[in-house]
Amino acid sequence: MTGATAYPRQWWKTPAAREGLAVGLVGLYGVSAGALGVAAGLSVAQTMLTSLLLFSGGSQFAFYGVIGTGGNPLAAVATSTLLGLRNGFYGLQLSRLLEPKGWLRPVAAHLTIDETTAVALAQETPQRSRIGFYVTGVMLFVVWNSTTLVGALAGEAMGDPRAYGLDAAAAAAFVALVWPRLFGRGAHGRTGPIATAALAMILTLVSAPFTPTGVEVLVGATAALVVGLRDRGRPDAAATEPTEPTEATA
Amino acid sequence: MTLWIAVIAASLLSLATKFAGHLVPEHLLEVPWVERVVPLLTVALLSALVVTQGFLDTDGLPTLDPRAAGIGVAVVLLLLRAPFIVVVALAALTAALLRLWT
Repeated sequence: MTGATAYPRQWWKTPAAREGLAVGLVGLYGVSAGALGVAAGLSVAQTMLTSLLLFSGGSQFAFYGVIGTGGNPLAAVATSTLLGLRNGFYGLQLSRLLEPKGWLRPVAAHLTIDETTAVALAQETPQRSRIGFYVTGVMLFVVWNSTTLVGALAGEAMGDPRAYGLDAAAAAAFVALVWPRLFGRGAHGRTGPIATAALAMILTLVSAPFTPTGVEVLVGATAALVVGLRDRGRPDAAATEPTEPTEATA
Repeated sequence: MTLWIAVIAASLLSLATKFAGHLVPEHLLEVPWVERVVPLLTVALLSALVVTQGFLDTDGLPTLDPRAAGIGVAVVLLLLRAPFIVVVALAALTAALLRLWT
């Protein structure tokens, strides 16, 4: 299993590579990231920097969202970072599975997001996991960044983002990102995620009039602590797979 | 300038999180309550963002405007298993058309 000789000569014809290419195409929605970044008030360069360096769709949308509603930049950084914490837990699983060496370690770390983790964990052997992970990651990175640029340039040319419904697009993006975590194949636990979502929405609604813009999101985030710690010690809570990513979300 | 600092800070913190997962010894991250809270944290933040992006006005007060209609369309499309980009685009179109006609 070690060394390049163990790999099939035509690795790009393997099912893992094909799956990676298909999932990588999900990166086409980078066009919405580009448009929403610029609509939120970021420059094209700032939007591109988030796609290149932050490179985690959910966190990017969260950052644009808080900034776009006139929120505190510190709240935007905090929301984006908290939303990206799951990538750290994916990394824990992936470093064991992929065992990247040398220059591949920082590459593997940077490519550690929902889609790449989902493809890597779905393979039957570590070798196929590596093929699936890197094909998905490189494909996504290229597609995501090129479509972000297209979206950002288009967004800049459009003018008033509200006239094009881009504020509704931002809201819909969060609905689409949370959806598979509530009802999808990768959704874990039974009532936990739905209870968390409901409580988070209530806390956000109630605190919003009294908190600086952007901070109400962090108040809503405490729902995760309330529900997560409530389940402590329950036998069924241990049986869930908490760090399993859902597919087709970034 | 503040925005540049925020963009760079968010990017570096994202990188740091990803690298930490690969480099930090397992036992430091494998704490049962943390492993349970982190996925719920994702759900809580995304749900909170649905509220702030869809149902609040600039004063932080609850409101129903064309964005809510866009969200309604998004939910229907998600039930129909439409892809992300279609959901987002048609939600935008819904709000844009409502604003055009009202």
